[in-house]
Amino acid sequence: MSNKILELKNIKREFIMGSETVRALKDVSFEVATGEFVTIMGASGSGKTTLLNMLGCLDKQTAGIYLLDGVDVGKLSRNELAHLRNNKIGFVFQSYNLLPRTSALENVELPLMYNRAVKTKDRKDRAVKALEAVDLANRLDHKPNQLSGGQQQRVAIARALINEPVMILADEATGNLDTKASFSIMALLQELNQNHGKTIVFVTHEPDIAEFSSRTITLKDGKVIKDHVNENKKNAKDALAALPADDEA
Amino acid sequence: MNFINLIRIAFKALLRNKLRAFLTMLGIIIGVASVIAMVAIGQGSKQSIQAQLSGMGSNMIVIRPNSNVTGGVRLDATSVQTLTLNDVVALQKKSTYLSAVSPSATAKGQVIYGNNNWSTTIQGVNNFYLDTIRQWSLTAGNEFTDKDIASEAKVCLLGQTVVTNLFTNGENPVGKYIRFAQIPFLVIGILSPKGANAFGQDQDDIIIAPYTTVQKRILSTIYFQNIYASAKDESSTVQASTEISQILRDSHRLKSTDDDDFAVRTMEELINTFSSTSQLLTILLAVIAGISLLVGGIGIMNIMYVSVTERTREIGLRMAIGATGWDILLQFLTEAIMISITGAVIGVMLGITASKLVTLFLSWPTLITEFSIILSFMVCVITGVFFGYYPAQKASRLDPIEALRYE
Repeated sequence: MSNKILELKNIKREFIMGSETVRALKDVSFEVATGEFVTIMGASGSGKTTLLNMLGCLDKQTAGIYLLDGVDVGKLSRNELAHLRNNKIGFVFQSYNLLPRTSALENVELPLMYNRAVKTKDRKDRAVKALEAVDLANRLDHKPNQLSGGQQQRVAIARALINEPVMILADEATGNLDTKASFSIMALLQELNQNHGKTIVFVTHEPDIAEFSSRTITLKDGKVIKDHVNENKKNAKDALAALPADDEA
Repeated sequence: MNFINLIRIAFKALLRNKLRAFLTMLGIIIGVASVIAMVAIGQGSKQSIQAQLSGMGSNMIVIRPNSNVTGGVRLDATSVQTLTLNDVVALQKKSTYLSAVSPSATAKGQVIYGNNNWSTTIQGVNNFYLDTIRQWSLTAGNEFTDKDIASEAKVCLLGQTVVTNLFTNGENPVGKYIRFAQIPFLVIGILSPKGANAFGQDQDDIIIAPYTTVQKRILSTIYFQNIYASAKDESSTVQASTEISQILRDSHRLKSTDDDDFAVRTMEELINTFSSTSQLLTILLAVIAGISLLVGGIGIMNIMYVSVTERTREIGLRMAIGATGWDILLQFLTEAIMISITGAVIGVMLGITASKLVTLFLSWPTLITEFSIILSFMVCVITGVFFGYYPAQKASRLDPIEALRYE
């Protein structure tokens, strides 16, 4: 049991829009074990975003059971969900969502501000370590507008790592980036997955990105239509090296 | 979230928008500064009015012998003599509400200098009478001394009307001798003009001399017609007059069944005028203070409201990474309070500076009171909480999913 990070059993999520009931998720069940790198694929309208919100404890299912690291999320209050997000989940967003006019270091520190257990002294040390882990040790005091898209996303990943979550939840994390930066982010995520054993759930609609993961779950019309292990997982580092080095000379 | 983190988060959020924070503060700054300056000007003029009224004798208390009955005949008050130096000493020693006590012995008569003569009054008093009770300054010369009182010295101070009528050639009266009731008096000082009193009586038609001189050399008596006293301030005149009655009853050894053989009079009319004036001033200032702080508060609410909308994504992010609604509420509330406190501090300094400048350039009297500073500060903080709460609550109730996708 302990190696299952996510357990979804017959999850349903319905929205009431006026007189109509929209069934965004219809009976979704799957499990994710510690150390997996899962991509969730699907066209728009497939229920991908709804699933992501639920996995991220931002939303609750209408029916079914969702266990995150053994905790039954459906039974928690708003505040308990907030603490759960703080302790167990590291978010990476498509649009980075860094605080403007705030240094990389302070952006990374932010989740620790809401964690009572962390002392002020440790906060900075941990933020520096997290930024070192994403290769930005020399950009500590840069503001988001002084960083490239790829670098901003690295800051966001550092922010996701700092609370040592059980799972990194990425939402189209490469959506705003060019191929090179995307591959570099994927290489970073692969490294975190392989060398540090981080469980990663990556929502995307790009099949080439999904090839970097160890398992792909495909959604369509609120149902899991395909759940397969990638036999020939690609290495993002190799893909990065294979790119023609003409753009940035 | 602990308190220090809260302050730090709010502080950093404000620093990210320095100009906006400052503009928000501006309403509070102007509000507080105007309150401080207004109250300073108000208090200053109140104090100067108070000083003027005191000069008119608003806190003066007059003690007279009361008419009493001797052998079935009710005698005129002036013919009854009950007040002595013992009473003056008793009042000086025992009273707690009085700032000064002076005996007063008066005589009417003709005063002569050279070829001129003039009918006037000579009033014998001590130094407290001029210094404290009447606040009557001299335009020339000096007041008499305790030694003059002890030695019943034949010295006097002249009122302006007496000077005009006796010294027609314009010579300096100080150092000259005048005669009153055949006694030569050395003029040692000239009183400043006071004009007519409330009843049209010329206050400058007077000669002031040591009470011992008038009492012993002119009237040959041990009694005084009046005792003048001054209460510490207008508001304590009532307590003071009660106290005087008690002291004098003891001093006169009256039985509890006896009527007072003296009467205590205060200047109630003046006091009422004074208190209604200052009350009006206070109400006026309170209204101004209220309005300006209200405007400042609405400014805070307005900006905080815009700020919540503008920072919706930030709020969504904070919630996604673990901030509870309570954390968000406290953050925005703290921002509002920080704005109002910082604004209040700057406003207080600005208000004090403005008051000083008003005194310096317009020579209006100003008085900065701790009360006005503390009050406007408190009102500011309350304003911050009050007007910051609604936007903060709005922020805390945002749905993180929608907030994160907000464009």
